[in-house]
Amino acid sequence: MIEIKNISKKFSDRQVLYDFNATFEEGMCNLIIGQSGSGKTVLMKCLVGLLEPTTGGVYYAGTDFTKASEKERKRIRQEIGMVFQGGALFDSMTCEENVAFPLRMFTNWNKAKIADRVKFCLDRVNLSHAYQLYPAELSGGMRKRVAIARAIALNPKYLFFDEPNSGLDPQTGIVIDRLIKEITQEFKTTTIINTHDMNSVVEIGDKVIFIYKGHKHWEGDGTNIVNSNNKELIEFVFATGLLKRVQNTF
Amino acid sequence: MRYLYNFGQYCLLIARSFAKSPKPAIVRELIVREIDKLGIGSLFIVCVISFFMGAVIAIQMAAQIETPLIPMYTVGFGTRETIILEFSPTVIALILAGKVGSNVTSEIGTMRVTEQIDALEIMGVNSANYLILPKIIASVLIIPVLTIISIVLGIFGGYVACTTTGLLDATTYVYGITLDFKTFHLVYALIKSFVFAFIITSISAYRGYYVNGGSQEVGKASTQAVVNSSISILLWNFILTRLLLL
Repeated sequence: MIEIKNISKKFSDRQVLYDFNATFEEGMCNLIIGQSGSGKTVLMKCLVGLLEPTTGGVYYAGTDFTKASEKERKRIRQEIGMVFQGGALFDSMTCEENVAFPLRMFTNWNKAKIADRVKFCLDRVNLSHAYQLYPAELSGGMRKRVAIARAIALNPKYLFFDEPNSGLDPQTGIVIDRLIKEITQEFKTTTIINTHDMNSVVEIGDKVIFIYKGHKHWEGDGTNIVNSNNKELIEFVFATGLLKRVQNTF
Repeated sequence: MRYLYNFGQYCLLIARSFAKSPKPAIVRELIVREIDKLGIGSLFIVCVISFFMGAVIAIQMAAQIETPLIPMYTVGFGTRETIILEFSPTVIALILAGKVGSNVTSEIGTMRVTEQIDALEIMGVNSANYLILPKIIASVLIIPVLTIISIVLGIFGGYVACTTTGLLDATTYVYGITLDFKTFHLVYALIKSFVFAFIITSISAYRGYYVNGGSQEVGKASTQAVVNSSISILLWNFILTRLLLL
């Protein structure tokens, strides 16, 4: 479980997050949604330690990550897997080497054991045919799947996804969403997803947090989001003409 | 004030990159790869430039000797001294600042803008140590070797130029290049190439590591890295020459 307590973040004179509190449960897909510039990415960066919050703390199983020693941070980081918007695969490595990378860095496993784990991870994301391909040779969806395989290689407790469906067609987006959901349940991870894809919200949103101008504006699950009477949330969810027509059918 | 900030940030990054690696075997593997990429990849250009510059230096040296009071073996002597003291360590370093420096900056800068460095950090990898240290070690190992190759080829270029154009016979040129040879001049050249190798890689890595933005900024950072490295090489060339030769 991850807890955020009173997080705020300020860049010189620009406040991006205000007194943010949230809890992310184990074995659940926790979605953070909001408009571009609302503070979603800053929140995620504070969660994984790429940014230091101005005030407040991030607690991983009770340990305050923001105040933890370097050794403790390193230990927690090895329990974190993250999938970036563009995949962030290492260009100079094949898919196999990308997935093997965290295993080579943080375990003392021999080559055979690493190869077994790489095979398991790539098979799990249905990429058993892409071992020797380089990231430049992959489609957007395949890159995301390799990034997921790399993220689960060390059996993480916490999984973070930054815009997992951006740049993907809706069908591939659904495949990725289902894969995230399956992995979350299979490995009992605490999964946190930054998105503004409404398919994901409905498809996998066990818990949804809506950020508006740096504040937590709404919290609920993916199914009751459409029945909410929160004005800003409704404007965000039903932003397109098509969705407005769908809303009128409710 | 900004220069001081940049210098402080540069020192901290280099200190971070020299942290103890949890997997020395991986660092060794990366050093070998970088030696191949940065050093062997620059071998051809270093050889071509050194040979022709050596030839031109010898011809220019011969063209300056108008009086019979100066012996012709001075051509060999002057070519050797110019190549060992200045051309091979400094000019080759300036050329490598363009080739190796822009390569290092664009590689690390692209990793920064495509979030690959963030991915390393989140995994708990010291990205500075993983990305920068192997490049620094590889370049301080291979650039002095390239300098020696450059010295040999430069002197050989002078020999070929003198003997093929009939400016000087082979015996006189060889006598000139062996005359009053000081081993310390070779040590001086190697010390300079060692320092310049560190300057080129560390400054270029620093520029790439702190790129902010997209591909355009990576290009700008590469240019900045070449300019900063070149100026630093010239400054340190002056300091080292003053300290070591006088």
